[in-house]
Amino acid sequence: MDAGTTLTIMDIRPFVPELTLLCAGLILILLDLIVKRKEIVAAVGVAGTIAALYATYKLFGYAQPQYAFFDMFVLDGYSSFFKLIFYLNLILTICISVKFMEIEKASCGEYYSLLIFATSGMMIMASAADLIVLYLGLELMALSTYILAGLTRKRHRSNEAALKYFFLGAFSSGFLLYGISLTFGLTGTTNIRDIAHAIYALNVMDSPILYLGMIFIVVAFGFKIALAPFHMWAPDVYEGAPTSITAFMSVGPKAAGFAVLGRVLFDAFGGMQVQWTSVLIPMAVLTMALGSIIALSQTNIKRMLAYSSIAHAGYMLLGVIAGTPEGLTSTANYLMIYTFMNIGAFAIVIMLRREGFRGENIEDFKGLSKSHPLAAALMLIFMFSLTGIPPTAGFVGKFYVFMELINSGYTYLAVIAVVFSAISAFFYLRIVMYMYMKDPGEEIVITTSPSMSIALAITCVMVLILGVFPSFLLNLVRYSILG
Amino acid sequence: MVPLSWYIMLSAVMFSIGVFGFLARRNLIIMFISLELMLNSVNVSLVAFSHYLQSMNGQILVFFVITVAAAEAAIGLAILIAYYKNNPTIKVDEINLLKG
Repeated sequence: MDAGTTLTIMDIRPFVPELTLLCAGLILILLDLIVKRKEIVAAVGVAGTIAALYATYKLFGYAQPQYAFFDMFVLDGYSSFFKLIFYLNLILTICISVKFMEIEKASCGEYYSLLIFATSGMMIMASAADLIVLYLGLELMALSTYILAGLTRKRHRSNEAALKYFFLGAFSSGFLLYGISLTFGLTGTTNIRDIAHAIYALNVMDSPILYLGMIFIVVAFGFKIALAPFHMWAPDVYEGAPTSITAFMSVGPKAAGFAVLGRVLFDAFGGMQVQWTSVLIPMAVLTMALGSIIALSQTNIKRMLAYSSIAHAGYMLLGVIAGTPEGLTSTANYLMIYTFMNIGAFAIVIMLRREGFRGENIEDFKGLSKSHPLAAALMLIFMFSLTGIPPTAGFVGKFYVFMELINSGYTYLAVIAVVFSAISAFFYLRIVMYMYMKDPGEEIVITTSPSMSIALAITCVMVLILGVFPSFLLNLVRYSILG
Repeated sequence: MVPLSWYIMLSAVMFSIGVFGFLARRNLIIMFISLELMLNSVNVSLVAFSHYLQSMNGQILVFFVITVAAAEAAIGLAILIAYYKNNPTIKVDEINLLKG
């Protein structure tokens, strides 16, 4: 064997963050057998995530992307930024779920290892430079999340959520595979960069088969991101799954889906921008419209936040539609901000859960400001941020997406997005109205724990700081993606 | 020698039957079988392309698809059994607790 075909230890260097996290997941499975207190398992999980974060930080900073496993895996600024989102999502989810899973009577070590495996899958997706690796990362993420959605297996709703998520998720991965096979058949390669070269070299840009393959891939990730018309699983699954998992799912798989969508559409199908933009624009408008309008009539807060997350996926998609690297930057920026505000909002929903009381109805928030002013104030900040009211971070996220959209000449889309954003203010502010302007019904008891306080402090501080001083995050995302 | 287009036609027909079965049938087990049919139709086309292009990538992906399909079946059936214990039905129309 010559040097070109042997794998040395240096070749796996870009894979170290994933390896670290996977090792942490395996350690947690063993630790679960020895340790009785699940807080310790959770703490070890957080420590493993921080170790992986450190590995990403150490490897980051090279100007050139580093390839591993014969160009199948890439570590670059783009994937590193998305990995940062996944780490934050994982740490915050672990923090908000320690107490919650005890109340749900599903406090087990597998929970934390599955969270870690799902996150590893997302990281592999973000770093995939080959469609084979992309598929494997996707399935690692999806299979772990199916189990997590059904983890409270004594609850009928959780079973049903897992069932629906599994069937529609598997259906969408069938479409992804068919799209991959068509693309492979036409271009003769599965490497994302080589696909772009092959499309030019073979001059198949107008081929209907390639167009079909591209649409199938977009449809598959539309399912994962919950874009209309492939969103119908999201409200059911978000409502039925344990709330901490809902928080995890509403950020992680969405960010991973956008990471892949950005890489595949820009790198592999960069020459077909006209075609994919014409598919994405109607999807984005429909997503924003459905998400914002159906959320108006919801009475369950998890379901309402599900529709809100669908609407947010529409806004994020606008950055991809802009079709420039700057547009993609604004989407990544939005995702980071969305992580903080969405997990913050779910954390407050989780705090209302206690033994024998679900606290998932919007009515349950009545008069929260009287009994628990701090929790109500935090919810107020998160709701304002989700609406996009300055000086919260949500405004910054939306502002940059709309700005890039207008720079690319889609002014009418920006106008439509602003209109739906205004409509969405109604259902976010309705919760604020319930908290501040209605008299409390029955007494509200809040369940809190030290880790929950840490998560709330992080999310709230970040939402406010990024709203007032956004330049830090903007510089980071620009440096990561644009170089 | 069977031409490539026949395999691609076979794959497309199998995939369409899988999609149709998934959308039209109301029995969870039949839907599950339809999902497997979709994945296997992809395997047929990947192997055919791989042979035609003389590139191993397609066949490597087929092995991964087979492996992942096995894992998917294990998890899917486990979820189905967990559901069935609480609510003994496999008719999709009766799975309607979450709606609105």
